[in-house]
Amino acid sequence: MSSFPLFPSAGANPLVVETQPVFPARKSPGKVAWAASAVDSVAGVISASRLEIRPLPEMVSSGISEIDRLTGGFPRGCLTEVCGSASSGRSSLLLASLAAASQRQEACALVDVTDAFDPLSAAEAGVKFERLLWVRCGKLTLRRHGEEKNNRDRGEGAVEQALRATDLLLQSGGFGQVIIDLGDVPFRTARRIPLTSWFRFQRAVERTPTVLFVVSPAPCAQTCATLLLKLQASGKKSAARHPRLEQSVSPAHAQLLEGLHIEGELLRSRLPRKPARPVRAAFATKTSRILERAEVNL
Amino acid sequence: MPFACIFVADFPVEALLRAEPELRPRALAVLEGKPPLQKVFAVNENARQAGVEAGMTKLEVETCPELVLRTRSQLQEAAAHAALLDCAQSFSPRVEDTACDTIVLDLAGMEPLFGPPHKIGCEMARRVSGFGLQASVAIAGNPDTAVLAARGFSGMTVISEGKEAEQLGSLPVAVLFAEETENEEWGRRLETFRRWGIRSLGDLAALPDVALSERLGQPGLYWQQLARGTASRKLIPVEAPLIFEEVIELDDPVVLLEPLAFLLNQLLEKLCVRLTARALATQELRLELELQDGYEEDWHPEQACPVRNAADADARSRPDPMSGGRATTRRASKFSRTLCLPVPLLDSKTFLKMMQLDLKAHPPGAPICKIRLTAEPAPPRATQGGLFLPPSPEPEKLELTLARIAGIVGENNIGSLELLDTHRPEAFRMQRFSPGEPSLSQKQKGEKNNSSRASGANFAVPQSSSGESASGDLVTALRIFRPAVAVSVTLQDGKPARLACARRKELEGEVLWAAGPWRSSGDWWDQQGWARDEWDVAVRGESAIALYRLVRDLLSGGWLVEGTYD
Repeated sequence: MSSFPLFPSAGANPLVVETQPVFPARKSPGKVAWAASAVDSVAGVISASRLEIRPLPEMVSSGISEIDRLTGGFPRGCLTEVCGSASSGRSSLLLASLAAASQRQEACALVDVTDAFDPLSAAEAGVKFERLLWVRCGKLTLRRHGEEKNNRDRGEGAVEQALRATDLLLQSGGFGQVIIDLGDVPFRTARRIPLTSWFRFQRAVERTPTVLFVVSPAPCAQTCATLLLKLQASGKKSAARHPRLEQSVSPAHAQLLEGLHIEGELLRSRLPRKPARPVRAAFATKTSRILERAEVNL
Repeated sequence: MPFACIFVADFPVEALLRAEPELRPRALAVLEGKPPLQKVFAVNENARQAGVEAGMTKLEVETCPELVLRTRSQLQEAAAHAALLDCAQSFSPRVEDTACDTIVLDLAGMEPLFGPPHKIGCEMARRVSGFGLQASVAIAGNPDTAVLAARGFSGMTVISEGKEAEQLGSLPVAVLFAEETENEEWGRRLETFRRWGIRSLGDLAALPDVALSERLGQPGLYWQQLARGTASRKLIPVEAPLIFEEVIELDDPVVLLEPLAFLLNQLLEKLCVRLTARALATQELRLELELQDGYEEDWHPEQACPVRNAADADARSRPDPMSGGRATTRRASKFSRTLCLPVPLLDSKTFLKMMQLDLKAHPPGAPICKIRLTAEPAPPRATQGGLFLPPSPEPEKLELTLARIAGIVGENNIGSLELLDTHRPEAFRMQRFSPGEPSLSQKQKGEKNNSSRASGANFAVPQSSSGESASGDLVTALRIFRPAVAVSVTLQDGKPARLACARRKELEGEVLWAAGPWRSSGDWWDQQGWARDEWDVAVRGESAIALYRLVRDLLSGGWLVEGTYD
């Protein structure tokens, strides 16, 4: 009875099996490859060198041409994280992305952890509300306890609700974009979200056309994020030092905020477009009140 | 022209077994009448073998240990009859409602659809069984022969053309009077035939016509024609109403949601089978629960179950505005919920899950005695899927997901929003999210064609696709603080110079610059008038400079931070 030599002798070549009546002889691509395939078929596993190559994700527009040039857009079936402090332009990017997706007639879902979504800004940005599902977290908890808490103190109850709602949305499928807005959640609370949750979300959107988009004060999805983008107010043209103000004609003393200068930096990308060093892109926003005033003047 | 007859023997028993199929192998008797004068109205075959007969008193049959007793339910019989009609309508549009347990169908033109008569009969018996009823099916050349064969033979019977008398000959004469069992005349006629020595239809068919006519008149000749299978009449088709309603009357009230869900599952499956038979779906499910009379509960206003249907407003006692919100004791008798769906669906599991979630959020609050479930029929959704359409959630999954999330975040905190036609801040309302089916515009079609032609475009930078904004048109987003944060503001030359806030330290600090004011007001003609000045201010925080929208309420004079520009 002949058996397969699992541990060949030291003098023999471990990759060459000469006495194998079970496996037919092959002429090509050589003995080494043939032996490897033989081992695969015996063990019932696929060797690491033969793993399926994951196809490149389809990229969709983020709604901002500068960000698209920087990142190539947002990848479908992946987790994209955008972080930044207050007034760094995260929500403007969120609205632009929502507007682009809703105008592509995709169903979108916004899981709003701190109930901070402004419908007027969204309408100005071009978001189609009939294709947007807005999930307002934390309100039920507040009403039940009868406490009046501010946005900052909306703690883990709202985050827990958001995670459960996101899980249900991703398992349901069919959404073109699912956004988790953790923008006003304290960083300590955001960091407490277990990595397993992010991993679960990443696996749920894998091989689906859904863009999972997370807005957070600082990176919290860690390695589960395929794309990590950091936004901040422009250094050269800081919104504070050099606000885009517009002098009004009447009354003479009044002036209006025209917009913000934002700078985006690509911190991490698992895509082949990954840059050798951090790259930046700058863009500017326009305050909707300026648009309102233009309409009034007309 | 062939006709088919579907006959359900012991119909009152079958109607009950339809609701409780686990009782089918047991002996079952149906009681009718007011206690203590209840009598047996109908029995199944097992009970008959145990010696129980219709007309026996409850006291007599209670001596039989293995016998199961149930009270007759007219509502369940009506539902079973409607199900029988639905089943017949799924085969032929010409259906005669002969009796509550007998349906006759015209099978003209059915052969190309269902095959030969034997196959039609088997399929009919199988489909009736799917409705929870056991029936015998007979196919014959005329309706009366089909009815007699169905009542006389169990299972499926096909009476061949010209062999009616031969095949019906073995049936007892009592089959002729199955509809008139409660008539005294029926007993006299049977007695007459017994004295003549005529026990089967074959004996009756062999009698001379003239002699029979002399003794029994025209009815006698008609019975003989029935026995010979030569009687002919026109079918009287009926149009079955599109009412889909299922009822369960419970002997013991249900208290917990889990057994209620079990019963709801039964009802929903029956409704879905009936709707499927009529090629329909439903867009609205109405659940009515009859609660135990005399049950008194502590009624708390904050736990009240809102009744969606205005017609059921009297179903539950309303809170007394004079009670000041304290717990009061009320009597509950009826509870109803309506499940409205954005698209017609036909999935009992989805319906059940949605009802479970709805009842979990709005419990009935008292033991349940009767369950009535009604489905409003609607034509099924007919959609043509497209290869290049953008992703869209499946309506069944979406409804279930929305119901589940509503259970987590609250019913009013999920949906799509609608802006109201007013300048009042925060003027919007939530509404049901129903994205509908996406359609591909001409522009998108062109883009899709171009992208499909271009190879290796997977990672290309998206060109100016629809929805992409040039940076010049990008709107500055505002993150709203709900509720707005009250702050103390120090003014300098009429402009905000410093903010102070005890609740949120990051709002405190010197104002680096301020833009404004933007004055607006509205609803001054109403009690809810508003007037405000808006400022955009920059405050240096711990890590960076943040821009806030500062609002001064001109009516109260208070300062509020409404949100942050982000």
